[in-house]
Amino acid sequence: MATITAPAPAAARGGDRRPLAGVGALARFALRRDRIRIPAWIAGLTLGSVVNLVSFEDLYPTEADREAVAETMNTPAGLAMTGPAEYLRDYTAGAMMGHQLLGFTALLAALMSVLMVVRHTRAEEESGRAELVRATVVGRHAHMAAALGVVIVTNLVLAVVLAGALAGTGGTGVTATGSLLYGLAHAAVGIVFAGIAAVTVQITEHSRGASGMGLAAIAVAYALRAAGDIGEGGLSWLSPIGWAQATRVYVDDRWWPLLVAAAAAAALVTAGVLLSTRRDVGAGLRRPRQGRGYASVALGHPIGLAVRLHRGLLIGFAAALALLGTMYGSILSEVEDMLAGVEMLEEALAEMGGASIVESFVSMVMVVLAVIASVYVVLAALRPRAEESDGRAEPVLATAVSRARWLAGHVVVGMLGGVVVLAAGGLGLGLAGALALRDSAVLTDAMGAALAYAPALWLTGGLAVALFGLAPRLATLTWVVPVYGFVVSYLGGLLQFPEWMNNLSPFGHVPDLPAEELSVLPLLLLTAIAAGLALLGLTAFRQRDLQTDH
Amino acid sequence: MPGPTNAETQPAVSVHELDKTFGQTRALDKLTMTVHTGEVHGFLGPNGAGKSTTIRVLLGLLKADAGRVSVLGGDPWRDAVALHRRLAYVPGDVSLWPNLTGGEAIDLFARLRGGFDRRRRDELCERFDLDPGKKGRTYSKGNRQKVAIIAALASDVELLVLDEPTAGLDPLMESVFAEHIREAKAAGTTVLLSSHTLAQVEALCDRISIIRQGRIVESGTLDELRHLTRTTVTAETARPASGVDALPGVHDLVVTNGKVQFDVDGEHLDTVIGHLHGLGIRSLVSQPPTLEQLFMRHYGEDLAAAGNGGS
Ligand SMILES: Nc1ncnc2c1ncn2[C@@H]1O[C@H](COP(=O)(O)OP(=O)(O)OP(=O)(O)O)[C@@H](O)[C@H]1O
Ligand SMILES: [Mg+2]
Repeated sequence: MATITAPAPAAARGGDRRPLAGVGALARFALRRDRIRIPAWIAGLTLGSVVNLVSFEDLYPTEADREAVAETMNTPAGLAMTGPAEYLRDYTAGAMMGHQLLGFTALLAALMSVLMVVRHTRAEEESGRAELVRATVVGRHAHMAAALGVVIVTNLVLAVVLAGALAGTGGTGVTATGSLLYGLAHAAVGIVFAGIAAVTVQITEHSRGASGMGLAAIAVAYALRAAGDIGEGGLSWLSPIGWAQATRVYVDDRWWPLLVAAAAAAALVTAGVLLSTRRDVGAGLRRPRQGRGYASVALGHPIGLAVRLHRGLLIGFAAALALLGTMYGSILSEVEDMLAGVEMLEEALAEMGGASIVESFVSMVMVVLAVIASVYVVLAALRPRAEESDGRAEPVLATAVSRARWLAGHVVVGMLGGVVVLAAGGLGLGLAGALALRDSAVLTDAMGAALAYAPALWLTGGLAVALFGLAPRLATLTWVVPVYGFVVSYLGGLLQFPEWMNNLSPFGHVPDLPAEELSVLPLLLLTAIAAGLALLGLTAFRQRDLQTDH
Repeated sequence: MPGPTNAETQPAVSVHELDKTFGQTRALDKLTMTVHTGEVHGFLGPNGAGKSTTIRVLLGLLKADAGRVSVLGGDPWRDAVALHRRLAYVPGDVSLWPNLTGGEAIDLFARLRGGFDRRRRDELCERFDLDPGKKGRTYSKGNRQKVAIIAALASDVELLVLDEPTAGLDPLMESVFAEHIREAKAAGTTVLLSSHTLAQVEALCDRISIIRQGRIVESGTLDELRHLTRTTVTAETARPASGVDALPGVHDLVVTNGKVQFDVDGEHLDTVIGHLHGLGIRSLVSQPPTLEQLFMRHYGEDLAAAGNGGS
């Protein structure tokens, strides 16, 4: 604090009204607060990148090795996880960095920038410290300017350090100019997201909300580039991460996408500054609304309470899956064209019993959607545990609500919510796919494929309920299911996992509709196991102590 | 029991040799206590003594390891739902849902308990100065506490179980609370009130139980408890007060120019005053122990002695 208040008297006498007064002191103060964080981020990102580059050189020493990798990458799944196909033309170790790593580390640079901006602006206001500071002679835009200045400089330092370190390794295709472009591509993404955060911190009063919106923007940016890289690439241009990858660094070394990023960053920062003049210190543009003083009729029943508590998460997941499904669905016709020529894939499809390319793509996308839906189910099924340990279950269970009714409320809403989320994904995929291919059968195929995963979701939720009843402190172990399911179903195809690994995942037992025939027996078995687990959890919960963490 | 306990029905709460352990911790150790129907019963004890644990067993939230527990004539573990319709609970540390308003939480609790009086609920919100339209995340600790208190008081129940209900309230709200407890008692409601505010307990409670390390160490009306402990006596006598220190039950005797001051055990008070009378009493001040003194005895280290004295 001393650093900020020290110059105050002199300036105050002059009646200083410059909007940026005090920015230097604030920036020095921010740097001091982050003197560990900033070097840690830069060192972490640089070290991770160098280690990756070295291991690429180790794993794929010859050109033939690298071409083989390029071949396996050239599938929708491969491109969705990495970057645009243009990198595959000349797949040096440098190109592999641009293709496989850049999207991911640029995402981390974005994360760093969002967290830093929020930390030095909205979080300061929320804690009330900003009010103290602004009461001295600090201009109205000084806080934002100092935060952005620090973040921009941090990103530029990251660019230089990263460029130097990579150029120093002397990997194949890793040129000095390319390395500079590689570093600046990170800085571009970081600075654009600093601009996005400059806007989100104006919108809400809470730093958690501001960070949340920033993180959501990062997720959307990543999803857009994934969809764009599978398709024609148009969607990638909506994504700052897509701009970084569009540099085709170490392959074509295009500099101009950085200008797009610079223009976007300038526009975002201007918007943030303009918005900040339209609100009070500590307030958001979106005021917290006065809520209703009385409960609605629905809020008089355990189910009503559960619906109310799960509603936000459910709507969020359903919307996200509908969006993701739509993105995948809209590129179905391109998938058909792109894969038509790939021999390896055609053989694989023939082995699978003559499914069409579109059908097998829908099956593959559906696994991903189902795993994401299972994340919702786990969150929902773990809700009773959070209610219990945070002490909100206790007063409810001290009313005339039995433990069974209370838990059943959460379980029913969670399990049915999982089906809703799945259906939203299926609907998005099916509708967009039907439109793209002008074939209405895609819609019914996609819906069927989606709903077939419901029993696997129920089993996941059932496991959470069983753990909640038997060993509540271990309930978070349920997360193993979606993580394992993701690894096996998504990467298993690329990395050729043995069959038993697939069988360990509940998703492995769901027929891959529409590429496979519908077999009902495994679905019935999954449902029965789910019911058994839920019942076990319910019975155990009725026998045990309530475990509140205070 | 003979005398005044006429055809009194069963007690509202009766606990007999209740045990409860958490791993290595013995939270309740053969705890025995009774709350009579219609009384306001104070439940006192140092931190970690087992008050909240006892209350949670009474609510069927924790399962007793051993012992007999009866609440409103039922078994709180087996008949939880039926009993919960007839009682209301205010926890010591109220957590609310961040995205539900206080008003919604009040209505929710009261409805889940089985209906409530809307007019009374609005009246209570006003008396306790609570804005029911604010979201749970924006309430202060005291306001969260008020939400639970209003929900409990708005319901028409036979038993109120209150675990440090006023821990976060300001003095003004505390007096509003006291008023409502008196009202509830007048209406025939039984109240079990755990509290660290001794003045509040002294003012509100008919009977008191003091718990320490999972056992009830004292139980009875304030007068009965006082009788069990020492009274401070200051006296001036015509003749020098000799031989007082030789009397049974006299402690901490101080003689200052003609005045004596000492503490005397309740059961020996009569003998000692008789002796002073023989010396010619000029002035006499006898101070019953405050609840605080009573309480400090159990908080203090000489617990073994107190335990012997009590049994
Ligand atoms: N769930 C639990 N797990 C382990 N130990 C517990 C648990 N609940 C209570 N205890 C222990 O049991 C003892 C009694 O705790 P309790 O909460 O009943 O005390 P209290 O009298 O309500 O104290 P305070 O006045 O601080 O509220 C303490 O030693 C406490 O640590
Ligand atoms: Mg307690």
